[in-house]
This record gives sequence, structure tokens and C-alpha cells, in this order.
Amino acid sequence: MLDLIIIGAGPAGLAAAIYAARARLDFLVIEQNYINGGQIMDTYEVDNYPGLPGISGMDLAEKMSSHLERFGVEIQNAGVEDLDLAGDVKRVITDEGVFEAKTVIIASGAMHAHLGAEGEERLGGRGVSYCATCDGAFYRGKEACVIGGGNVAVEDAIFLARGCSKVYVVHRRDELRADRILQDELLSLPNVEMVWNSNLKSVNGENSVSSITVVNKLDGAEREIPLSGCFIAVGIEPRSSFAKNHISMDEKGYIIADETGTTNVPGVYAAGDVRTKQLRQVLTAAADGANAVTSVQHYLLTHK
Amino acid sequence: MVYHFDESNFEAEVLKSELPVFVDFYADWCGPCKMMSPVIDKLAAKFDGKIKVGKVNVDDNMDLAQQFQIVSIPNMVFIRNGELVDRVIGANPKEIEKKFAQYAQ
Repeated sequence: MLDLIIIGAGPAGLAAAIYAARARLDFLVIEQNYINGGQIMDTYEVDNYPGLPGISGMDLAEKMSSHLERFGVEIQNAGVEDLDLAGDVKRVITDEGVFEAKTVIIASGAMHAHLGAEGEERLGGRGVSYCATCDGAFYRGKEACVIGGGNVAVEDAIFLARGCSKVYVVHRRDELRADRILQDELLSLPNVEMVWNSNLKSVNGENSVSSITVVNKLDGAEREIPLSGCFIAVGIEPRSSFAKNHISMDEKGYIIADETGTTNVPGVYAAGDVRTKQLRQVLTAAADGANAVTSVQHYLLTHK
Repeated sequence: MVYHFDESNFEAEVLKSELPVFVDFYADWCGPCKMMSPVIDKLAAKFDGKIKVGKVNVDDNMDLAQQFQIVSIPNMVFIRNGELVDRVIGANPKEIEKKFAQYAQ
């Protein structure tokens, strides 16, 4: 019987695995993708992780994975579909079979949120994108927009502005939520236009994006902006649907847990973006992974 | 085996292929593309002799990328008898595997 199953191999799951390996626990990591790293794989630059200034998300993911490989840990590729947490033996039901362990750390992370605007889904991959680092290069010399006002939105806009002739940043409020250092950089760029107090009403175009329509929240005025790329960065939603009805979550689907990772189910812990917390970053995710393994060790000592 | 298609061999290797062809439009800087790479290797081995599998680097082959209206990667297409018959956008291994089974028929 395994001591522990870690669900997810992003920063939280990889940190948990490193701590679990060093604690000599008998454990398994399950990851649905064929490569580790989670959301940082889509991140052009991670500039706030101590000791690694300006590293690309892909390089950071590779560094974290190779750190884990030093301990000889293998990762099971499988998509988690359901959980059975009622007894002392916790069961993780996946599309590659059922895995059992004494404890579980859920570090399944989060994914980009959709807005639900008209045309958003229909034109997905045809001008609508959620990954500026993946698709930005196709809009070199063209006009594009970013929807959102947080760190990811502003980073995306700065990245796009290097190649696009013009970048519109559409934000529902009159100030950005992003870190000041990012805001200052964005607002200094000559080819960026801020579209304040506005919501995206629709993305328009037949087979590819030709324009967006935004509505000003203050006066209700509509504006059509011709452009070819629409990047949506309006936050994230947790990947927790497989845990529904088994664990307490808040109304958005984040698993309720404090910094020890403790959930309402004994022996089951949550780490990283999937849990309720103030700040969702690589740094805090990694810290969560370490904390959750400490909680697992306490549990294993008292439940022999 | 996974072929490398480019503008010089695309017509001969892809458009005039006897077998249905799977083409993965990718770039080195695209994380999700890297994610798909081992999946595609696996499928190429599994469907060897039934589907021809290859990749196009969009940075080196911008004209091909434009011709296939690639504005988002990973972007994977199936081509049969010189015609585009299907497209999958985004890293979705399960969906790709299903389509391989379908076009191998």
C-alpha cells in the first residue's frame, strides 16, 4: 500500500514529490499531461521566483522536473476522474485504472477561465486564444487585444506589444490589478491603448477574428475595434471537478484548506492553486507542496 | 517514424501521399507543443503503415502555416488525398488518439 498519491505535477505537486522523496515515502505522482509544469508551461517569463530572475516558464518546469528525476521518481500519466475517500484506504479513479494509498495530496491546479462572450468559443483557435506565448507570434505586425487587468493579462499585453503593431487592453475597471512594475512597463509602451471600464460583448468574424465589440460600462456605448487576435486573460478556475461531492469547496470550486493543506477529509490535503488562498503563484504553490507533505507525515505517524 | 515536412517536400510527402497524413504544426517556444510531442511519437509508432505522421516548424515555414490558417498552436491537421479533412487545435491527446483510430480505417 502506497503512503501517498500526489495528483498533479505542477509546482505544488513537484515540490510535494521532492519532499516526499526526501522523506522516503512510498508514493506516486499522477499527471494528466505528458509533460510536467502545469500552468507555467504557458508562461513566457517567471520573474518573481527567488534565485531565478527572468526564467521562462518552460525552463522552470524543466528544472523542477529534472530535480525530481534525481530521486528516481516516475510519473503516472492519467486523468483523474473520481475519488473514493470514505475509508482509511483512499482510492483515486483514473482513465488508466484505480490507484490506492493511505493519503492523497490534491495539487491539480487551475486553468484559464472563459468569459462566455458571443463568438468566443466559435472562434477559439481562430483568433481567440488563451495563451499569448503560444500564439502571439502569429500576430506579428497585426493588431490584437488582451481582455483582463491582472498579472497575466498585463504580461501578455507587454509580450504581444513586442511584435504587434497595436495592442488594446480591455479592462472592466479603471485601474489594473497587476503588480505595479508590470503596469508601469505596460503604460510606457507606445503601441498599447487602454480601453477602460469596458466589457467584451462579442468577438466577430466568420472563419477568423476580424473585430471585437466592447461596451463601456459607464455610458453603455458600444465600440467595434477591428483586429485579428483576441487574447483572453480573465483569471483562472480550479481543476477540481473530480473531487466534487467528496471534499468541501468554496462556491468557485476551490478546495477549502489552510496552509497546512488540511481539508475536511482526514488524510486528504490540498496544495497550490486548487486550494483557497490569497495569492496563487509558483512560489506559494511550491510552499504548499512542502507543507502538505509535512501534514501527510504527521497523519501517517498517528494512523498506523 | 515522424517526418519533418517543410515547404520543399510538402507537396510530394503530404499532398501526394497514398496514406492519410497527420501534420503537427508546432514551434520550439510553445509549451503545449512540447507536451504533445511524446504523444505524437507514440501514435506514429502505433499507426505505422496506416497514417503518415510528420511535423512542420511554423517559424521556418510561415507560408505553409499561413496556407493552413494556423494562428494557434499546437494545431494538428489530417490530410487525405491532398485535402484537409480534419483539424484539432490545442494539446488534447485523447481527441488526437480518437481521430488517428478513425483515419486509420
